[in-house]
Amino acid sequence: MADTFTAPTIAWFDLTPILVLLGAALLLLLVGALTPRWPRGLYAATTATAAGTAMVLSFVLWDDVTDQGARTLVADAVILDGFSSFATIAICAAVLLACLVTDDYLRREQLDGPEIYALYLTSAIGGVVMAMANDLIVLFIGLEVLSMSFYVLAASHRRRIESQESGLKYFVLGGFSSAFFLYGVALIYGGSGSTRYDEIVTAFNDVVPTERADALVLAGVALLVVGLAFKVSAVPFHFWTPDVYQGAPTPITAFMASAGKVGAFAAMLRVLTEALPNWRDDWRPVVWVLSVLTLVVGSVLAVVQTNVKRMLAYSSISHAGFILVGVEAAAHRAGEADPGQGVSASLLYLLLYAVLVLGTFAVVSLVARTGDGNTDLSAFRGLGRTRPALALGMTVLLLAQAGVPLTSGFIAKFGVIEAAVDENSYAIAIIAMLASVIAAYLYLRIMVSMWIADPEPADEALEPVRTPFSTVLAVVLAVGFTLVVGVAPGWIVSAAENATTIVHQVGP
Amino acid sequence: MSYPILTSLVAVPAVGALLVALLSKNRPEWVKLVAILTSVFTGALTVWLLSSFETADPGFQFVSKHEWIKPWGISWHLGVDGISLFLVVLTGVLFPLVIVGIDPHHDHKRYLSWMLLLEAGMMGSFLSLDLFLFFVFFEIVLVPMYFLIGGWGYEGRIYAATKFFLYTMVGSAFMLVGIVTTAMLAREQLGRLTFDLVEIAEQADFATNTARWLFLAFAVAFAVKVPMFPLHTWLPDAHTQAPTGGSVILAGVMLKLGTYGLLRFGVYLFPEAALWSRELFLTLAVIGILYGAIAATMQKDLKRLVAYSSVAHLGFIVLGTFAFTSQAITGATMQMINHGLSTGALFLLVGMIYERRHTRQIAELKGLQKVAPIFAAAFMVVMLSSIGVPGLNGFIGEYLILIGSFLTARWWTVVAATGVILAALYLLWAYQRVFHGEPDEANRSFPELRIREAAVLLPFIGLIVFTGVYPKPMLDRIEPSVNALITHVSEKTGYESPDTPEPVEVGTHQEAQP
Repeated sequence: MADTFTAPTIAWFDLTPILVLLGAALLLLLVGALTPRWPRGLYAATTATAAGTAMVLSFVLWDDVTDQGARTLVADAVILDGFSSFATIAICAAVLLACLVTDDYLRREQLDGPEIYALYLTSAIGGVVMAMANDLIVLFIGLEVLSMSFYVLAASHRRRIESQESGLKYFVLGGFSSAFFLYGVALIYGGSGSTRYDEIVTAFNDVVPTERADALVLAGVALLVVGLAFKVSAVPFHFWTPDVYQGAPTPITAFMASAGKVGAFAAMLRVLTEALPNWRDDWRPVVWVLSVLTLVVGSVLAVVQTNVKRMLAYSSISHAGFILVGVEAAAHRAGEADPGQGVSASLLYLLLYAVLVLGTFAVVSLVARTGDGNTDLSAFRGLGRTRPALALGMTVLLLAQAGVPLTSGFIAKFGVIEAAVDENSYAIAIIAMLASVIAAYLYLRIMVSMWIADPEPADEALEPVRTPFSTVLAVVLAVGFTLVVGVAPGWIVSAAENATTIVHQVGP
Repeated sequence: MSYPILTSLVAVPAVGALLVALLSKNRPEWVKLVAILTSVFTGALTVWLLSSFETADPGFQFVSKHEWIKPWGISWHLGVDGISLFLVVLTGVLFPLVIVGIDPHHDHKRYLSWMLLLEAGMMGSFLSLDLFLFFVFFEIVLVPMYFLIGGWGYEGRIYAATKFFLYTMVGSAFMLVGIVTTAMLAREQLGRLTFDLVEIAEQADFATNTARWLFLAFAVAFAVKVPMFPLHTWLPDAHTQAPTGGSVILAGVMLKLGTYGLLRFGVYLFPEAALWSRELFLTLAVIGILYGAIAATMQKDLKRLVAYSSVAHLGFIVLGTFAFTSQAITGATMQMINHGLSTGALFLLVGMIYERRHTRQIAELKGLQKVAPIFAAAFMVVMLSSIGVPGLNGFIGEYLILIGSFLTARWWTVVAATGVILAALYLLWAYQRVFHGEPDEANRSFPELRIREAAVLLPFIGLIVFTGVYPKPMLDRIEPSVNALITHVSEKTGYESPDTPEPVEVGTHQEAQP
């Protein structure tokens, strides 16, 4: 092994979702750069087609792993299982919806070009790799690919200083957190002798560390959790979120809040439950505290904002707290044959929230109007009168975020609460529900603005909210999905549970 | 399987709401027609339900059960028994009256759509026999009510609507965790995950302490909804700011979700815990009765006065519920309907006064009896029913509650009885100030009751008088289910109810009493 390098056998077909995304990204960058501007909508259509194809391929692979069992690919670097398929599907859905919103946006802002779409695709690849990784180094590559794309995306509105500011902030803080993460990886490698998830587990089983000999690993776990908590914007590592979300172009905020969260949480779930189950009693309390802080701080600070994008940024923090409740539930069973409900509840929450938040930001991007500047609460005044259908769609999405029954948001919350209660984590379940009441006030404020408050003369002077086809389509898809899942959630709950039962079994 | 009447009770208004929402705004007459037809049809269905209800059967009737969310063991499980029957009928009757009788002034289409959605939610809440399904309806009714208060209410409407929404959600937060915990613990005994109320209540036994915590989690949600002192502060705001239609529905049926929930879910699921906590609830109920009455006396705003009187009246219902005797619970169940009729009608009348005078301040109204004697007479009848004067419905309920409670909760009952006197005080005093005396300049042109208004009030007054004079049909249907509930409590806890579960003979000879 030491002398010769043996090239690993690669199951190419199992990697097709990533390859399709990569191919489309390269196509956009290379061909797009060398050819004159493509006809309108073609950049978006190419991206959406790639995302759709990757999604379909993930379904095929999911079906395949259901029959054949989960497996590792490329010399055990990545895992293909139900979990990774589910996460890939969620990320691709986010790309699809984001394309619909972005197309209108870029043309309105006269920024149309292939770059944004190529970056969507590369960040999607990063997210997918994070969800599939079986090795901390691979995970780090995925994380960096995702983050680099996001830094550029956040700064991509060339004429808005806020966008530049947001990109720079994200870059500086994100680089900082990556350093934490990488140092954590190094320490874990030092303590266990490997960066591969399954070898970290076996290293613990083979050489049971005695008398604090695993201090290195524990320090590594702590730094790793910091790095991941930054990516999922858990309190107290959330400070970048409101600024970045507010400053970034609205469709890109939507994409970061959806695909970014899916990738980061998928990585977190996988690392914690598959690589570090032996230390679960050490990191579980940390997740508990992170979750409670995230829920409470996110909800409370959301309520006092006046800018809708900032409100939704804090609300996304509060949602991250909810997903952490699911992670905490998963922690109780980490490493056991029966994974419990925690992982599947978190995954389901991620998918449902990704669609919800995209729909919500799609409406915000329309209300922001040309220039992307009108995102104060006052910009929503009178929307119920001028654009009743759009306002109604937004209302459904906001109610779903508040967790009102018959919407997907309720199903997501219910699943997480159920998972927590199943592990006897009653306190966190109650805190989460109470935090969602606080957060509900924020959604009510936006609804009041749309339906009840009267527009003031200053608002009348604004240009009317336009409703271009593809953004409206994105809103319609998001609202439709929200309601369908809310009314008939059985299938998607089963799918999430199915996805988590086919996981790559670690150890002997 | 016969016609799924209970499912249609939920589906018809829901479909109606959708239809109204889809109709063009430029055809207001169509919108109104669809709304009226839907609500009247639903009302007719409830009357049909009433007529085909098996009187002596204490169990759930017209049960409809279909699998809904399989992985979580949740089913669409509806059923009606003596406790929920009249609440369903009341819902079916109130909505058409409100829709026909009250003009929202603007945005008819949206208003009617929310109203019908609210009706569907209310029906679902009273009919659900699945914990998850109940929670869904219990929460969903907040949305239409929020928009009704916020969109068509008075000056402080946004504050009131938001307060209403958030208060109820805080309670629901505890209840949701309680529901999930209940199902999870029951799974260990039943061998599978289910949220079915009947299965869990009949087959699962919880450890004493666990059951008490769970009961409290449910009770908080219901106590907010009732509302019980000290969680009542949302109610005066919501009632005062809500449009007349919203107030009527809120007082008429929505508050009953709390008292009904305590009986159906609290007592049925956790009998031991309910018995254990009875002193707390009896005390809070009595405080509510006295506090509500005293606060009502102090009010300057007529609508706020009626709102506080609700706090007092619902205190009586809670008192009856936690007395754990057949008579008291029967009385409490009946009083839910009585309060819905009398307070609903009172809000309707106050709304009419506001329409005419654009004020609700008692001080600005004077001598209305002189200028509008029929209006005054209608107000008088409704008010007397609310006070609980013999011969009208309020008396039967309160009397049953008081005699039933006296057996098990003597001193609480003694104190509560003074609330009856206070009720007479604040209502009669208000009546005196508003209707007696010489009308001043502003009140001289107060118009008399119109035909349409009379048509809306007549069913209320008819039902008030009918149940006051002849409550037997109602009691005959309520009692078997109440007795079954008490038997259930006895079986689970060994509690002995002091009154033998036999039909109570009241009503026919009640009028003879002074």
